[in-house]
Amino acid sequence: MSLHRFTWHRFAAVVRKEFIQMRRDRMTFGMMVGIPFLQLILFGFAINTDPHTLPTVVVANDTSPMARSLVGAMRASEYFDLTRPGPQTDAEARQALKRGRVQFILTIPEHFGRDLVQGIRPALLLEADASDPMAIGNAVSALRGIMDQAWERDLQGPLDYLRRPPPPADLRVHRVFNPEGETVFNVVPGLIGVILTMTLILITALAITREKERGTMEHLLASPVRPLEVMTGKIVPYIVVGYIQIVIVLLAARFIFQVPMVGSIPLLLILAPLFMACNLAVGITFSTIARNQLQAVQMSFFFFLPSILLSGFMFPYRGMPEWAQAVGALLPLTHFLPIVRGILLKGNGLPEVLPHVWALLVFLAVILSIGLKRYRQTLD
Amino acid sequence: MGLAGVRAVSALAPVIDVQGVTKRFDDRTVVDRVDLRVERGEIYGFLGPNGSGKTTFIRMLCGLLTPDAGSGTCLGFDLLREQREIRLHVGYMTQRFSLYDDLTVRENLDFVGRLYDVPRRNEMVDEELVELGLTTRQHQLAGTLSGGWKQRLALSACLLHRPRLLLLDEPTAGVDPQARRDFWEKIHDLATKGLTVLISTHYMDEAERCHRLAYLAYGHLLTHGTADDIIRESRLCTWQVDGPGVAQIAGDLRRLPAVTQVAAFGTGLHVSGTDAAALERDTAPFHRAPWRWSRTDSGLEDVFIHLMQSVPDNATREKKKET
Repeated sequence: MSLHRFTWHRFAAVVRKEFIQMRRDRMTFGMMVGIPFLQLILFGFAINTDPHTLPTVVVANDTSPMARSLVGAMRASEYFDLTRPGPQTDAEARQALKRGRVQFILTIPEHFGRDLVQGIRPALLLEADASDPMAIGNAVSALRGIMDQAWERDLQGPLDYLRRPPPPADLRVHRVFNPEGETVFNVVPGLIGVILTMTLILITALAITREKERGTMEHLLASPVRPLEVMTGKIVPYIVVGYIQIVIVLLAARFIFQVPMVGSIPLLLILAPLFMACNLAVGITFSTIARNQLQAVQMSFFFFLPSILLSGFMFPYRGMPEWAQAVGALLPLTHFLPIVRGILLKGNGLPEVLPHVWALLVFLAVILSIGLKRYRQTLD
Repeated sequence: MGLAGVRAVSALAPVIDVQGVTKRFDDRTVVDRVDLRVERGEIYGFLGPNGSGKTTFIRMLCGLLTPDAGSGTCLGFDLLREQREIRLHVGYMTQRFSLYDDLTVRENLDFVGRLYDVPRRNEMVDEELVELGLTTRQHQLAGTLSGGWKQRLALSACLLHRPRLLLLDEPTAGVDPQARRDFWEKIHDLATKGLTVLISTHYMDEAERCHRLAYLAYGHLLTHGTADDIIRESRLCTWQVDGPGVAQIAGDLRRLPAVTQVAAFGTGLHVSGTDAAALERDTAPFHRAPWRWSRTDSGLEDVFIHLMQSVPDNATREKKKET
């Protein structure tokens, strides 16, 4: 036995012990295999920084062959989804843009075909929801390309000269809600949601697990306190913490990043606790499943990863394939982002964000009932 | 809540009266058809080897676990249907220190007082602090207390809501002798005031301080009664053997058919068997110098070790089933 030098057999004993323990802790082992798998799927298949099939409404005030050629070419490009039953009037179209139902409104002016043929370069108006600048960039440049080719067949013979640059129509892009296309305006409000998700789930996931690890859980269970009292009692203090976080981010957004705040801050502060409660309920549910604090941390991370990637925080939600959007729709952050961005950037009121509020309420009810059920089984 | 759930129970009715209580975890029967009756004001000792189902049984009594079979009452409340009422009137002290390390002594007691909706909470906490000599330490974090003080605090927390039954699960494990003695004085004091105490322990000296005892092994209640009853019923006969090199003959003695157990006691041995005549006959060849043999009373420990050896443990039983 060497007492002073590194020996292989002692080193090997530690390695061996670690492997045995790793095998026993199935959850940790599962996470080590599961997280790379999840990342492969999310980054490999779900995330797409070049979103296609963006819902678009065409307000056509002209039915000339030129206008139809343009719409046909747009459809063929697959950047624009023109199939959805669109709003009929201008006002309805604006409202759809505000609610985030459509990404673009393309207005084709009266006499578009006639003006184009006469070579006076009529203007096309493309209004884009630029609250997420990343989502629209490629589609807008694609539209310019489309315009170069859309009328190739129409402009033959005497009209051939129109095929030379500049293009025969003038595209005017109007970026609404974020005219300068500042990414930071999209990211900073979104951060409110991300920060709340990250900290609140983790803190509460540890809350009950810690009681279990320290043995204080048994004492709580043996007392007359009811499960709902424990769960809600553990949630409320962290809602206060969540508010402090929101205020910090809002102040930074306003004074450091100069994010425009069009909507009602009180409305945001009224709706925020609902989102916080969703995350806290997730955390508490995790903590009833996890056997130790390490597992609680791992489960939080496992939830956090898709939340940040599939919610539309980091990558455009519409850029993802449908299955990924469906998964994303199950996450509370996906519904909170349109609320916070809608209120701050678009000046949305309660009616516009109501569908997302409902989604959060349903999520909260489901997760709380799972958590309560799990809590009851803690010992039995 | 408060006292709303108190049910008038005659002073003569047993505090714990359960029959056939059974608990299974998956396929393993941890507590198997246990009957138990504990009278008011009694200190009832609950003994048995590790993993014998003591903790599980206690958890069923205080409503933490639901028995799979069996019936009965605890404090006059139905064991299966009135768990919430039982919880209100039971003080349960767990094996591990189960209060908050990062709260002070006083904050811990205050929290428990609020959970149980104790009337005049501040006064009660003050009283409890004085009673257990914790007043000077009330603002110390519970995590920084030594083992003995933690145990006192845990006991205080159990008593704050004035329970009528105390369930103590190995309360003195890892506590020094002085603290243990103080603890038992307190328990006896409480019992004379009418509190009923069920206490599980591994210490024989503690078992002897109980009014009555029950011995649980591998889920079965093997015996119960006063310490004297249990020793008498076992009909165990014990010899004390002293002298140089007695340890060497322990193996030989163990092989004798009439000898059920040989245990080291200090420098000597305790040799026991259930048939006194056969024991004397079989050990006769060893009744010679340099060893000194003398008849001695069987102690509780002799009896319990004897009981434990008479039942195969779960693991061996399951192995037998497999083969």
